[in-house]
Amino acid sequence: MKNLSTEDSAEAIHLGSLIAALGYLFPISDHVLTLKDDGTLYRFQAPYFWPSNCWEPENTDYAIYLCKRTMQNKARLELADYEAENLARLQRAFARKWEFIFMQAEAQVKIDRKKDKAERKILDSQERAFWDVHRPVPGCVNTTEMDIRKCQREKNPQRVKKSVYGVTDDTQTQSPVHQSLPSQPARKPTREDVQKEISFLNMQLDRHCMKMSKVADSLMSYTEQFMVYDPLASTVEPSNPWISDDMTFWDLEASRDPSQHRVKKWGFSLEEALKDPVGRDAFLKFLESEFSSENLRFWLAVQDLKRRPLENVAARAQEIWQEFLAEGAPSSINLDSHSYELTSHNLKDPGRYSYEDAQEHIFKLMKSDSYARFLRSNIYQDLLLARKKLGKSLTGKRLTGLMQSS
Amino acid sequence: MSIQDVSPCVKCYIMEVQPNETLTNLKAESDTLKTKLEDERAKLHDVELHQVAEKVDGLGQFIMKTRRTLKGHGNKVLCMDWCKDKRRIVSSSQVSVWIIVTFSEEHAVTMPCTWVMACAYAPSGCAVACGGLDNKCSVYPLSLDKNENLAAKKKSVAMHTNYLSACSFTNSDMQILTSSGDGTCALWDVESGQLLQSFHGHAADVLCLDLAPSETGNTFVSGGCDKKANVWDMRSGQCIQSFETHESDINSVRYYPSGDAFASGSDDATCRLYDLRADREVAIYSKESIIFGASSVDFSLSGRLLFGGYNDYTINVWDVLKGTRVSILFGHENRVSTLRLSPDGTAFCSGSWDHTLRVRWAALIGIHIFGTRGTVV
Repeated sequence: MKNLSTEDSAEAIHLGSLIAALGYLFPISDHVLTLKDDGTLYRFQAPYFWPSNCWEPENTDYAIYLCKRTMQNKARLELADYEAENLARLQRAFARKWEFIFMQAEAQVKIDRKKDKAERKILDSQERAFWDVHRPVPGCVNTTEMDIRKCQREKNPQRVKKSVYGVTDDTQTQSPVHQSLPSQPARKPTREDVQKEISFLNMQLDRHCMKMSKVADSLMSYTEQFMVYDPLASTVEPSNPWISDDMTFWDLEASRDPSQHRVKKWGFSLEEALKDPVGRDAFLKFLESEFSSENLRFWLAVQDLKRRPLENVAARAQEIWQEFLAEGAPSSINLDSHSYELTSHNLKDPGRYSYEDAQEHIFKLMKSDSYARFLRSNIYQDLLLARKKLGKSLTGKRLTGLMQSS
Repeated sequence: MSIQDVSPCVKCYIMEVQPNETLTNLKAESDTLKTKLEDERAKLHDVELHQVAEKVDGLGQFIMKTRRTLKGHGNKVLCMDWCKDKRRIVSSSQVSVWIIVTFSEEHAVTMPCTWVMACAYAPSGCAVACGGLDNKCSVYPLSLDKNENLAAKKKSVAMHTNYLSACSFTNSDMQILTSSGDGTCALWDVESGQLLQSFHGHAADVLCLDLAPSETGNTFVSGGCDKKANVWDMRSGQCIQSFETHESDINSVRYYPSGDAFASGSDDATCRLYDLRADREVAIYSKESIIFGASSVDFSLSGRLLFGGYNDYTINVWDVLKGTRVSILFGHENRVSTLRLSPDGTAFCSGSWDHTLRVRWAALIGIHIFGTRGTVV
């Protein structure tokens, strides 16, 4: 027995209602299984009827149950409207074996009569609650519904055709809804599997990992940096379109004329600058001014290569070689000899990842060299300080003077 | 006398005995390595994330409001995905696939399909992919002509030997990554339908996947019924990292926006954060009162908030750094089966077995952090 602590009464009611809907407890005098904080009386369900027993009661059982209810002359056992409708439907469906069902119902009534009156009341209510779970009131959630992906892995063997009333019937058909998906046979690990595992573990042992304290600092600083851009945690200018119905925010984000706020993000990392098409163009413009745009163009070409359909890949890879790496290439990039050799080798059987090594090298080069200068450049600073828009202010002049070093 | 001289039946006997012994030795070696690895990792575990995060300001109160409730599916919603235009979504249910322009609540397209458990929008916005019990992933090019029969243009791309559990386009419309109940993930070329790479390693159904957010990234993470979350190299097909701390099926995985970590949601009623650099679980998001499985998770843009959709019909919002729950959202009348933040983080959409999809926004009120102007709207 465990007390689940929660401070929130709404949550407590919700959880309680779910437990009721599943069938572990029920209101004494209502078919609808829910929990209310209004003095209603509840009863715990008998373990026999618990959903954890994996019941999947057939319609024959349900028919027997409804039938026997009609046999007993008690007001509290009178069928609700939806139950009467269900009974009528079942009578039509089981027309040929109704005699059998009727006999089973009679047998059940006989058994019930032998029990003590008080005990019967309790058992009747528990039985009713059981059926409220498996044949819920129309409009209520059927909590026995399972995620179809998980049905096949049901470990409980009892889930197959056990009757609530111990009835055996060969003519029971399998409901199409309960058809299980072919299950994955549990494979025993082979030598090969364990060998793979060992080499994997060795690879992990060789990995250089970061201390938790450093990781925590890194996660915190990333989050801190981006909180002001997070629409759920900060206000966005001019407004969140979902709140105000005004799409200006989206127009601004897509605009070729970026806000200072947006330009500031380009300064966080080269990745952030390249994510924004306008940032990418600004960086390209800067590189052109330094006559080193081939690096970025190469990087972009490789990105594009990876996005092509398979049939275009080989040809495009060759084009990239011609443009950037071949002898006398028009946009020759500077790769170290090792990377050059590797790439050249890859090109013998060109694929989407032929240039991975080269691309990584070029990216690192841009990151450590050109990117830092870009952030100091007029091209970037003008946008960051919105100088072009406002015209050169006094502040602008002073800053330009300081930046003249590049 | 060499093995060649031995008669075949004796050879068989020898072959049977030796591998078994070697298997035992191998298993012992593997166990030793596992222990050693745990010890090595534990040495670096000098502090807990929530302890370090004590110096960060608390988040204060959120208001969250439902902006749109989309009802037309008429059946359990199983999956949804946002278009990059931040307004459109594709969603799938037991009986159909829908594309809806959520901002104006305009219903764009319906396609009858059964049991579609996975759907994804192409980066260009010009196609959607979906699949499920048909064991396939098919791509449907979209057109502006509303009357066009989309089903006719359908193109089968992926073929698995069991149900399709998740699918995602890579950075382009030309490749699709899929995961399946057959225990594998696979990368496909859309135009030709050719298998580019397959990923083997899960010991049971793979239920979810997510691509690393980096532009140059070539990795993705998958979660399965074997309780493992695996990180894969798309180029080689190799599993490069693996995490096994959940106690039950992993239903959903999602990268932290920097790509250095990822979160998972599981049937064990917890969500967890794993950092790739520490190669370790670094946070667990759970409460005594949460006893139902988490079906889907997603981060807010900054990574500060983690949204979890649960089988108890609620959405719990977690403070990723502090490990505490910030908010609980009621509203759905049956399991939440799918949940995604919009591409720019301005809203989030949840789909449920109650046949509806709800688009909600959130605003932070109360304590401000880092000098932002948080206001009530």
